[in-house]
Amino acid sequence: MITRRTFLQSSAAAAALAASAGSARADNAPGVTDTEIKIGQTMPYSGPASAYGVIGRTESAYFKMINEQGGVNGRQINLVSLDDAYSPPKAVEQVRRLVEDEKVAFLFNTLGTPSNTAIRPYCNDNKIPQLFVATGAAKWDDPKHFPWTMGYQPSYQTESRIYAKHILATKPDAKIAVLYQNDDFGKDYLIGLKDGLGADHAGMIVKEASYETSEPTVDSQVVTLQGSGADVLLIAATPKFAAQAIRKSYDLGWNADRYITNVSVSIATILKPAGLEKSKGLITGYYGKDPADKRWADDAGLKQWKAFTDKYMSPTEFIDANAVYGFGAAATLIQVLKQCGADLSRENIMKQAANLKDLELPMLLPGMKINTSPTNYSPIRQMQLATFNGENWELFGELLTG
Amino acid sequence: MADADRAPEALITLAVALVALAFPFVASGYHIYQGAQVLIYAVALIGLNLLTGFNGQISLGHGAFFAIGGYGAAILIVKFGVPYWAAIPLASVVCFAAGFLFGFPALRFGGLYLALATFALALATPQILSYTGFDSFTGGSQGLTLVKPHAPFGLGFNPDQWLYFVCLACGAALYWAARNLARGRIGRALIAIRDQPIAAETMGINAPFYKTTCFGLSALYAGVAGGLSAIAVGFVSPESFGLPLSLAFLVGIVVGGLASLGGVLFGALFIEFVPNIADQLTVSFGESAKALPGAIYGALLILVMAAMPMGVAGAMRKAADAVRHGRAPPRATEVDKDSGASVAANYGGKEESP
Amino acid sequence: MGEFLHQLASGVALGGVYAIMALALVMIYQATQLINFAQGEMAMFSTYFAWKLIDSGQPYWFAFFATIVASFVGGVAIERLIVRPFANAPVLASIIVFIGLSLIFNALAGWLYGYSVQSFDSPFTGKPLFGAGYMSAHEAGSLVVTLAVLILVYAFFRFTPLGLAMRAAAQNPTSSRLVGIRVGWMLAIGWGLAAAIGSVAGMMAAPIVYLDPNMMGGVLLYAFAGAVLGGIDNPFGAAFGGFAVGVLGNLVGAYLVGDEVKLSVALAIIIAVLVWRPSGLFGRRIVARV
Repeated sequence: MITRRTFLQSSAAAAALAASAGSARADNAPGVTDTEIKIGQTMPYSGPASAYGVIGRTESAYFKMINEQGGVNGRQINLVSLDDAYSPPKAVEQVRRLVEDEKVAFLFNTLGTPSNTAIRPYCNDNKIPQLFVATGAAKWDDPKHFPWTMGYQPSYQTESRIYAKHILATKPDAKIAVLYQNDDFGKDYLIGLKDGLGADHAGMIVKEASYETSEPTVDSQVVTLQGSGADVLLIAATPKFAAQAIRKSYDLGWNADRYITNVSVSIATILKPAGLEKSKGLITGYYGKDPADKRWADDAGLKQWKAFTDKYMSPTEFIDANAVYGFGAAATLIQVLKQCGADLSRENIMKQAANLKDLELPMLLPGMKINTSPTNYSPIRQMQLATFNGENWELFGELLTG
Repeated sequence: MADADRAPEALITLAVALVALAFPFVASGYHIYQGAQVLIYAVALIGLNLLTGFNGQISLGHGAFFAIGGYGAAILIVKFGVPYWAAIPLASVVCFAAGFLFGFPALRFGGLYLALATFALALATPQILSYTGFDSFTGGSQGLTLVKPHAPFGLGFNPDQWLYFVCLACGAALYWAARNLARGRIGRALIAIRDQPIAAETMGINAPFYKTTCFGLSALYAGVAGGLSAIAVGFVSPESFGLPLSLAFLVGIVVGGLASLGGVLFGALFIEFVPNIADQLTVSFGESAKALPGAIYGALLILVMAAMPMGVAGAMRKAADAVRHGRAPPRATEVDKDSGASVAANYGGKEESP
Repeated sequence: MGEFLHQLASGVALGGVYAIMALALVMIYQATQLINFAQGEMAMFSTYFAWKLIDSGQPYWFAFFATIVASFVGGVAIERLIVRPFANAPVLASIIVFIGLSLIFNALAGWLYGYSVQSFDSPFTGKPLFGAGYMSAHEAGSLVVTLAVLILVYAFFRFTPLGLAMRAAAQNPTSSRLVGIRVGWMLAIGWGLAAAIGSVAGMMAAPIVYLDPNMMGGVLLYAFAGAVLGGIDNPFGAAFGGFAVGVLGNLVGAYLVGDEVKLSVALAIIIAVLVWRPSGLFGRRIVARV
């Protein structure tokens, strides 16, 4: 029999249960409504790094596609992408605008090591997820000190460590010359190379030459490097300068093993201008499919990419490796949001970002999987060595993990 | 006439001061940050205006002195543990020395050549900053990270507000100093050197001394601004101090009004907010037009120059004169006592010879 | 020794491009007594124009000369429409206008053509000359073009009435008007010619440095250094300066101070020359009488 007392007790218990269930679920992040998730990013749409602006545009187009398909769990994605001209002070200002004015839920794929370094304290102090930063610096995999900042692509140091191992395995007596961009990007390659060679092989590096992005060419540096008598060359250069280095090293008749950063391996935008013949023999650590590579013509992932660019972008972006990158990063984020389900608090978003298991993306190499965990903030760690045969990149060896 | 001129000016100053003081209590954190940036730019612009507006020496490279101030303060704070209120003055002394030294070779250049040399300085600055030899101090391409200072003595301001007030105090003090300088003997000497260098020397003005000291002073101002900026942003790296920064300073003083200290506020507001406005405008052009803000900014520059060659301050002065006196604007030979700007100012460019 | 020759050769090749740009700067200076900070961006924009023509199937030399003509027209238009209103304004106003122009051209190029690196074909194909790859066929060809432009500019100012009229208009506008020279049009033609020369510089540079909206920034700085070094009012001087900066930059960077500070070397050159010999090595010395 239900007495008044038992009724009161059970309803009190029920109310307590409901209350505790409500408070166990944290509030949704700002920028999250029943119909929309607002996210922010800064990209260099102007200034010296503006070639990377296409990444932001690709991601905007991707979210448009997702929205047309119904969004994520019924919510539309609204990406607010602002220009920071690759300047850290401007990045700080734009990020504060995004967080405090636009009230975005979190930051996604902000680009540039200096910009991300500048905003990292702010994001971590205010517990705002700084997800999948678009830079390969090694410092983003540091959940202990910066639990709210997560990297994305294989780090440059990981990459050049892999090159070092390969050199030691194939040419242990090599004399190595390094051409590197005089900023965090280039210097990271040098650090990784030295790290991979180890202290007892450090003497293998016989010459290092750097350049500034405001220089017209690196021809002089390449000449200097050749003069050192090296027979292995590491080109840690961004597209324009990589093309120059490839061409010049060939024109000089320099018969060296050339390793090149995977930032500058696009067939259409770098190897063709440099000269396909002159690019033969280049070695790189590959992690994505080059759309201009005929071998992927019938690949399901490439077909997805083509359908996407046909509808939302243009043939120029189809062959642009940066655009492919944005395509993958956006897909990774959608997976995170799907995993969040109904709980779109910043804590849960960060938790799910650190909880990706064996995620495969259409434009990653077959067999590559994205994994994150509370102690691993480096989603893509695998790559496979490839060499350019004059027409396309031939993969060899197996999938390596950095 | 002096009193009639002074009263509105005092009122305007009072109004501006009140707004500036009240601002951080009504605005949000981000807007306070922007306000601090405006003040920082204004300080740098005062410095550049002293050099280029009052003294006629065109500098396209003041970002370099801003960088010395920024890095100087950052290194002192991060590597040597100096508190920020000492680091900024110390760094600005270094900037004074740097500017003074740069002023010596600058004595030999005419206006355009100085512009060229300082343009080269601005281009070379990031490279100098990332020079590996300095890495142990500058942090190389990784830069240096600073912590925002908290209000002392338990004052109830948050770091944003405290920083704003620090910038406001510095700005007000430096503005007051510059104003006294400009109105006094030194200011007149600088203007004389700008407009009639040979006559000035004949009158006994030691042009080299004044010109190099002016360079040093303007570098000092830029250095203070740089130090404040380093603390505000919390980060310095070579990418923070490129050519666009130096060009922005030049744009700021020209838009605000050459040789107009009051105008620097307009210039600072222009530099801070117009790029954002240009950003908004391109939204209507679609995603691919994200690069257009630069074009809009450039177009705005040309338009402002065409419509208001004496800057916002000059345009306002003309309007005020027309309203107040109901007569024609000052003739070419008149010199505005407040700013020392002569309408037919010639900054070391073409000489018209009959 | 081989390395030294390579550095020398590549310095000369690049120096040729600097020399052509320096000639464009000389042209503007001779005509207007101004230094055009937007010259680099205008040259870059012209090069994109040529690239678009070639991309749509036109033969190279047609595109080459069409671009020169188009750039000339563009330069005249810019002078008449944008620069002319500031003729009586302080020099600083003109500098701001030039900065504005360079921003506009840079952003326009990025918007219209994107920021990816494009390849730009050279008309000079074939095996490298002098063996051992010291100089590619293009680099040798662009040297020839540099010399041709140099001779043309020199001859223009020295031997043609138009060149004389232009110099007169720049140095003494009032007297020139009295003898019937249309000063306004002299300025416009000066700008047109400078834009045309700049476009040649761009088209010669692009096969070496590759085409992207930011390609001329560094080139402009070195061209300034060259023009200052050689004398901004002397075509031969400026061209020599361009070559010198190219070679010096390479040699000093490779053997003395390291490539890390090459830009500072350019800065140092500018300052040193302006301090010790402001008119440049070959410029005319101007003495002001009190």
